[in-house]
Amino acid sequence: MSAVSLPGEPVVDVVQARAHGLTEGEYAAIERCLGRTPTFTELGVFSVMWSEHCSYKSSRKHLRMLPMRGPRVAGGPGENAGAIDIGDGWVAVFKIESHNHPSFVEPYQGAATGVGGILRDIFTMGARPIASMNSLKFGSFDHPRTRYLLSGVVGGIGGYGNCVGVPTVAGEVMFDAAYNANILVNAFCLGLARREELQSARARGAGNPVLYVGSATGRDGIHGASLLASAEFDAESASKRPTVQVGDPFTEKLLIEACLEAMKTGAIVAIQDMGAAGLTSSSSEMAGRGGLGIELDLDRVPLREPGLTPYEILLSESQERMLLVAERGREGELAAVFEKWDLHAVTVGRITDDARWRALYCGRVVADIPVASLSDEAPVYDRPAAPPAMPMRVRGTKKRPVAPEPGAALRALLASPNICSRRWVYRQYDWIVQSNTVVGPGSDAAIVRIKGSRRGLAMKVDSNPRMCAIDPYLGAVATVCEAARNVACAGARPAGITNCLNYGNPERPEIMWQLVRGIEGLRDAAIAFETPVISGNVSLYNETEGRAIPPTPTIAMVGVFEDVERRVTQCFKQPGDVILVVSTAPPSLAGSEFDALFGTVAEGLERIDLERERKLIEGLVGCAEGGLVHSAHDVAEGGFAVALAEACFNLDGIFGAEVELALPLGGAAEALFGEGASTVIISAPTDRIEAIGTLFSPLEIRPIGRVSDRARLRIDSLIDEDVRGLMAVYEEALAGRLGAK
Amino acid sequence: MKWGVVSFPGSLDDADALYALREVMGQDATRLWHKDERLMGAQCIILPGGFSYGDYLRCGAIARFSPIMKSIARFAADGGLVIGTCNGFQILCEARLLPGVLVRNRSLSFICDRVIVRVENARTPFTCATRAGDLLRLPIKHGEGRYVAPEDEIRQIEERGQVLLRYVDASGAETDEANPNGSMHAIAGIANERFNVFGLMPHPEHAVEKMLVGGDDGLKLFHSVIESVR
Repeated sequence: MSAVSLPGEPVVDVVQARAHGLTEGEYAAIERCLGRTPTFTELGVFSVMWSEHCSYKSSRKHLRMLPMRGPRVAGGPGENAGAIDIGDGWVAVFKIESHNHPSFVEPYQGAATGVGGILRDIFTMGARPIASMNSLKFGSFDHPRTRYLLSGVVGGIGGYGNCVGVPTVAGEVMFDAAYNANILVNAFCLGLARREELQSARARGAGNPVLYVGSATGRDGIHGASLLASAEFDAESASKRPTVQVGDPFTEKLLIEACLEAMKTGAIVAIQDMGAAGLTSSSSEMAGRGGLGIELDLDRVPLREPGLTPYEILLSESQERMLLVAERGREGELAAVFEKWDLHAVTVGRITDDARWRALYCGRVVADIPVASLSDEAPVYDRPAAPPAMPMRVRGTKKRPVAPEPGAALRALLASPNICSRRWVYRQYDWIVQSNTVVGPGSDAAIVRIKGSRRGLAMKVDSNPRMCAIDPYLGAVATVCEAARNVACAGARPAGITNCLNYGNPERPEIMWQLVRGIEGLRDAAIAFETPVISGNVSLYNETEGRAIPPTPTIAMVGVFEDVERRVTQCFKQPGDVILVVSTAPPSLAGSEFDALFGTVAEGLERIDLERERKLIEGLVGCAEGGLVHSAHDVAEGGFAVALAEACFNLDGIFGAEVELALPLGGAAEALFGEGASTVIISAPTDRIEAIGTLFSPLEIRPIGRVSDRARLRIDSLIDEDVRGLMAVYEEALAGRLGAK
Repeated sequence: MKWGVVSFPGSLDDADALYALREVMGQDATRLWHKDERLMGAQCIILPGGFSYGDYLRCGAIARFSPIMKSIARFAADGGLVIGTCNGFQILCEARLLPGVLVRNRSLSFICDRVIVRVENARTPFTCATRAGDLLRLPIKHGEGRYVAPEDEIRQIEERGQVLLRYVDASGAETDEANPNGSMHAIAGIANERFNVFGLMPHPEHAVEKMLVGGDDGLKLFHSVIESVR
């Protein structure tokens, strides 16, 4: 079949293809697949669909090793998001996605549209979005751009999420110089659906009409996926600001309500949002999944301004647009629902049985491409991977300053932007709306209840780039362990994972090696916890002028409560309770916040024994289900001493802790501030020690002290601090450093 | 009793108010659609929180022109009970059913938090199940909740006892720190002169269940209305 170029369009050749981010080999493959030179429109279409962002061409081969199946999985990769069965006929649909490059170029809109995009991935599955989380990485706190980026990103997430009425229940924020020139914004959303109401993005039925709903198409976001998200940054990145889309959360809110209502008519065959590569990807992917063809009448696409070319219409990434395949003859029913919400459904094409993706404009065919070549048959690369000659963290170059005495070190850690209270951030997010939030931000994991059921969900997003920088495999394993531990500390059983793999340029063998090792770590840990990876996203080319970010696999873990009343929180609740510690390995200062603050040149990571990690999770869930413990808190950034202090910070009444660790005077830093190992601090009535011990066996539980009603935190004779003073340091550090109240 | 909860495009807490009324308090509550003019026999009408029409213009400025607002104005003029929370409060001010306006928070950013408010006047249909001086812990979540009005108008509002709720600290004292958004006179909620229209920035509908982050102090306000209608 043939397609025509339009008058005035640029000549298509290999130079033009390269300007579109395609390689010579890829251009030759396009010519082979069409049997002719592509039209300018077709070149644009291939360039976005074969971009790293849309095709996963560097990672696809390796992602296949992830465990994606399991008894709970109700819908996995292949659709717009994965789903797990959480009981009583409910499924949780969730996914995490990156919006790194746009957020660095335009922080408010970049982050806002990141939230908008992930929301659409969830409700397109027929699930009502009920909770959001995010993982943010900024450059050094003192870097001149950090404050601008931080307030822009937080403002954008709040501005969008608050307006659509989905609570932002948890998140993480990290500051490290490694992200000075490439921040990370990963957005997670979870939705709830009845199992039988899950929607598909698989087109069916030749002759069925294709409907367009939502905002009109404008020139924003053209080549967002190919040129912005699939290339490194350089000095000219700021000039790519026009490729960042602008969000309209009000229209998104209308779309959520209208689409969920329209789905109830049963007249929708398939539905997908127009995300990266907009109309092109949504139409070709829906047709591709169904093994069918699709024909689009570009003249009928609603436009924001006249004069858009077919190329622009197909590549626009204007936000808040949905494409759906309707059952023929039932368009009227759907139109009525959308009209009720002041939205208009426009028929812009039809499903065909010839497996071609065809676009018509002014009576001419401007693109005619085999559907499969846009999705399934996009190039897959097995790029060379090799460990770097030198480890990423060069040892022995830092001076060893005198680390302060333990009390001062604890205060310094509590004031660190990486540890202190994130209240300044989450105070700008609505974490209350929808009336499900049992535990909101500022705790190990967020907890939401499921209305009309005893069930609940715990969720947490984690990453550990400093460990990944030392060992990309162990770092990924540790990240999954931490996410599972956070969920289990809350008392929920870890059930499923979504991941966002943020790495540098995959064309460099050492980056490819990091990515492969990261996926291997994720695989091994996910298998150990029986938590399938049901969805995810890969973000590559996170580097600027040849310097890559540290490998940053971001993991979101979702856990299930059969009875949400059995939840556990991190704070001490009862004076006289015994404080217990359970640990899988000795802590280490390598990659710790203490190491970052005081430059103690710590070496090496402990091996992680996944069988012991699994036991720890089982023990935590068992303790919660049996109602044995009053609190459980994960030891994370800042180590044991910081976690113990956090457990004392109960807003309903401050507690203290009296702890004996019998540490040697000289080498206490590892035990007090070391990270890496999986350690949990539990408080419980003394008479339950034995029952708790049985649940954790063969792990050892160690009674180390008592919860006290005196607000002092004492560890051996090393630390003796006023808890209120520590809390003031912890609570005020971020706002204080930002000069805000 | 019969309640009506209005849904504007962009309303967010309408579903939560309906859930609180029906599932938690066992009330008869109906959703009222903004394009409709019928109030379905409701004895008390709630204008919910959210971002009606995206709040892209002044908050509530467009919603006040919805067809249902004509009926609500008539209903209020006849003495019917109307409560506006958050965006609903903003709409009531825009519709001139309540005095004053709500402008951007002093911090210029959105605030989601739990605050303490003191009941200032317990002789109203909205507060009669409380006592003056009672402290309630309620959630807030808004970007534009700073109550302002001309000084002489504020004086009259105060003299007539129209201030029903005021932001205070845990000891019940008015402090600058306890005033989250910089509202004049730390005003969190006011009534009209006839005490049948009530607007407040905190969200009582998110404070009806002990298990959730909002707690259950909001029940006292709903129980007040139920008692006053009985």
